[in-house]
Amino acid sequence: MSAGYDSVAEAAAGRGGVTEAEPVLVAEGLEKSFFGVTVLRGVGLTLRPGEVHGLVGENGAGKSTFMKILAGVYDRDAGTVTLGGNEVAFTHPVEAARAGLATVFQEFNLLPERTVAQNVFLGREPKRGGFVDRKAMVRETRALLDELGIEGVDPDAPVRTLTVAEQQIVEIVKALSVDARVIQMDEPTAALADHEVELLYAIVRRLQARGVAILYVSHRLKEIFDLCDTITVLKDGALVSSGPASELDTDELVRRMVGRPISAYFPGAEEGTELGEPRLVLHGAGNAYVDGIDLELRAGEIVGVAGLQGSGRTELVEALFGIVPFTRGELLLKGRPVHMTSPRQAVKAGIALITEDRKAQGLALNQSVADNALLVIRSVFARRTGEVRRELPGVLSSLEVASRGLDQEVQYLSGGNQQKVVLAKWLATKPRVVLLDEPTRGIDVGAKVAVYTLMRRLAKDGVAILMISSELPEVIGMSDRIVVMHDGRASAELPAMSDEATILSAATGMLRVGEAGHEASGSVAAVGEAVTDAATDADTDEEDDR
Amino acid sequence: MTATTAAPARRSRRRRLDATLIVGIALVAVIVIGAVLVASVGRNFFSPGNIRDILTGMSVLGFVAIGQTLVILCASLDLSVPYVVSLSSLIAADLMAGNPANIPIAVLAVLATAAVIGLANGLIVTKLKVNGFIATLGTGLIIKGYLDTNYKGTSGEVPWAFQVIGATGIGPVPVSTMIMLLVALAAALFLARTRVGNHMFAVGGNEQVARLSGIRTARPLILAHVLCSITAALAGLLLASRLGVGSPTVGIQGGYDLLSIAAVVLGGTLLMGGRGSIWGTIGGVAIFAVVDNVMSVMQVNPFLKDVVRGIVIVAAVAIYTSRSLDRRRPRFTTGATGTTTPDAAHEKEASA
Repeated sequence: MSAGYDSVAEAAAGRGGVTEAEPVLVAEGLEKSFFGVTVLRGVGLTLRPGEVHGLVGENGAGKSTFMKILAGVYDRDAGTVTLGGNEVAFTHPVEAARAGLATVFQEFNLLPERTVAQNVFLGREPKRGGFVDRKAMVRETRALLDELGIEGVDPDAPVRTLTVAEQQIVEIVKALSVDARVIQMDEPTAALADHEVELLYAIVRRLQARGVAILYVSHRLKEIFDLCDTITVLKDGALVSSGPASELDTDELVRRMVGRPISAYFPGAEEGTELGEPRLVLHGAGNAYVDGIDLELRAGEIVGVAGLQGSGRTELVEALFGIVPFTRGELLLKGRPVHMTSPRQAVKAGIALITEDRKAQGLALNQSVADNALLVIRSVFARRTGEVRRELPGVLSSLEVASRGLDQEVQYLSGGNQQKVVLAKWLATKPRVVLLDEPTRGIDVGAKVAVYTLMRRLAKDGVAILMISSELPEVIGMSDRIVVMHDGRASAELPAMSDEATILSAATGMLRVGEAGHEASGSVAAVGEAVTDAATDADTDEEDDR
Repeated sequence: MTATTAAPARRSRRRRLDATLIVGIALVAVIVIGAVLVASVGRNFFSPGNIRDILTGMSVLGFVAIGQTLVILCASLDLSVPYVVSLSSLIAADLMAGNPANIPIAVLAVLATAAVIGLANGLIVTKLKVNGFIATLGTGLIIKGYLDTNYKGTSGEVPWAFQVIGATGIGPVPVSTMIMLLVALAAALFLARTRVGNHMFAVGGNEQVARLSGIRTARPLILAHVLCSITAALAGLLLASRLGVGSPTVGIQGGYDLLSIAAVVLGGTLLMGGRGSIWGTIGGVAIFAVVDNVMSVMQVNPFLKDVVRGIVIVAAVAIYTSRSLDRRRPRFTTGATGTTTPDAAHEKEASA
């Protein structure tokens, strides 16, 4: 074991060997199921002071559940957790934090209108003479920021004025302020830009030097190898391996995480699918969020859009759909220039957008299946309402929507069935261009296959499809061409079946337009990112559904 | 390294004007415009008498709006305040019954009754999970029904010793306004310097975050409702002092439910809670008082008064909303013709 620690210890000189230290946290045999679905089976790991412990696994592997059990968000069905020699079973994150186990959740728990110091000490404000000691709050916050080597974050600034990275720092400071011996970080870099990730690295190393044990969940394998001494791999809720990082390389790690061929369930193109004329063309289109986009979308074609979170993928489809219109460049529909300024105009022009956030943007959750499925038709093509209503039962059953009936409220459907209702809503408009933003996020495998099959069927009918996805296997498995976004621009356009390494190097800005096909150096290290961006998002989604 | 990476983000940050400061600026603007208008009809806006009129006009609404601020900060509402005002004036006048010796007991009884009503409001909102708007609409109606069945008109008698509070002043500043400002000061300190005051912002801002931070979220909300009813009772006591009797309709005539909410929102407090200040609310109350005063002095048609009030409210909130819309940080400048050249793109990356 010591070999692994040594190599990292050398990288960040000055730290003692962590192997000798007594474990600060030992989890053994943790089990958890939600409504009969087992999501964790006998998972355990050991954390030592000053250790950065990577926890990796695919979408749904159980990483988030594991962390949430440690933090006291969920209770466990079986297993033990020992913190500093005492067996613990927390029932609330605050209880865990007070005992020295703090968690930086992926969704920030901050109040935007309150200051940094007020957020750090929220719920346990220091008192002096019966009043809140504001000076002490500010002083101690500043001391903690200094300790982490952070300059430029004012303890008196409202949190809403901070960047995402700075807000992340506030969360970490909050964890530190309770004098945590163990800090769990759930996808801490998910929302950070590249230069901000460096800042986080520095903080993690400082914490490590202080003897804090860190459980680091990330889908970015480069980070895992850069930071972690030990790596624990989960798959389908079970422990695959737990050992020194030095014993693993990227290929081996990905193999352990995936453990099966990734493209088994992507249907091929339907018989008779033909590439038709260009339906939608962009020349140098841009607005405040994307720039210089050149894109041609042809009838019968499925174009995948890959890219990291925040790379401008969603902003691209929002612009196409007239939500945040393009302010530069040219948009051609069927060869005619169009200035798309509202979703209504887009719908009338035969465009459909299946949004990323199904619950917030795709459905009226407390309305019925029928009302949701008829929403667009009623508001844009009111004359066709009767006709569509008559066809609706057939459409829903062809999509295999499992519901008690047309009048069931969609909030009671599973994620997959909800997504099918969204699809039914848009199919009713007979779209010629379909934009899909993360169409399979948080839905089960069966529903995924149904979505893929539907996409193939639409392509055969001459519909042009643009699909955004964080799941690279999905992009590779479904796309006829792959556009990769980076920093608001299309950094590459790649042919079908491009490999993950090439896509990722384009997504991280290492490969630019025109270099497609030539693998950029160092890209291999990023391969595992394939195993995806949205992993934890989807985890939480599914748990919410239950 | 850490310092350099954080720096560019910081430089691009736009400092927004503090909401309370904006209310202050708006108040000054209203005073200047008002003074000019009043001068145009040959009167002096700044005469001691006129100042006294304005300050007197602030005090009753001020009390109610202070409590309403606390409730709204917690993301609730209190529509029962006008009835608490009426009930308080009646309890005070009935118990005092013209005898100065009864003043302390009457005041205590009024405050205790109000506290119970506030507690009921708070418990209904937190324990029965009834939306604050509906909960207080309900308790307000209950009090209204009680008042309508038991009182046909004014009742009781307030002794002179108590009427003095509403009638005297030091220079142009009425005693009632001074008390109101002291209560405002206490409320501001309470919000800034006590834990439960701090937690009101947290509960109103994001109840989930508050709960995950270990805050018992019901407590600040219940306390806000109790304090709101108590400040409404103070307004009722003041009205009893001015009128010399208790009145079952004085609260609703004053329109203190919606006017107090309007003053709070005018003062920059978010109607959905989590952000706001007592001093902003006092500024909002002052703006209403000045606008009312100017229109009275100029003998504007009373119906037009409401038109102006309405315009002030809508305009103020429209301005706040346009300022506080949270937009994504733009990555590229908009409106530029053509696309950025690859060179420029690289420069941008290098500088980031």
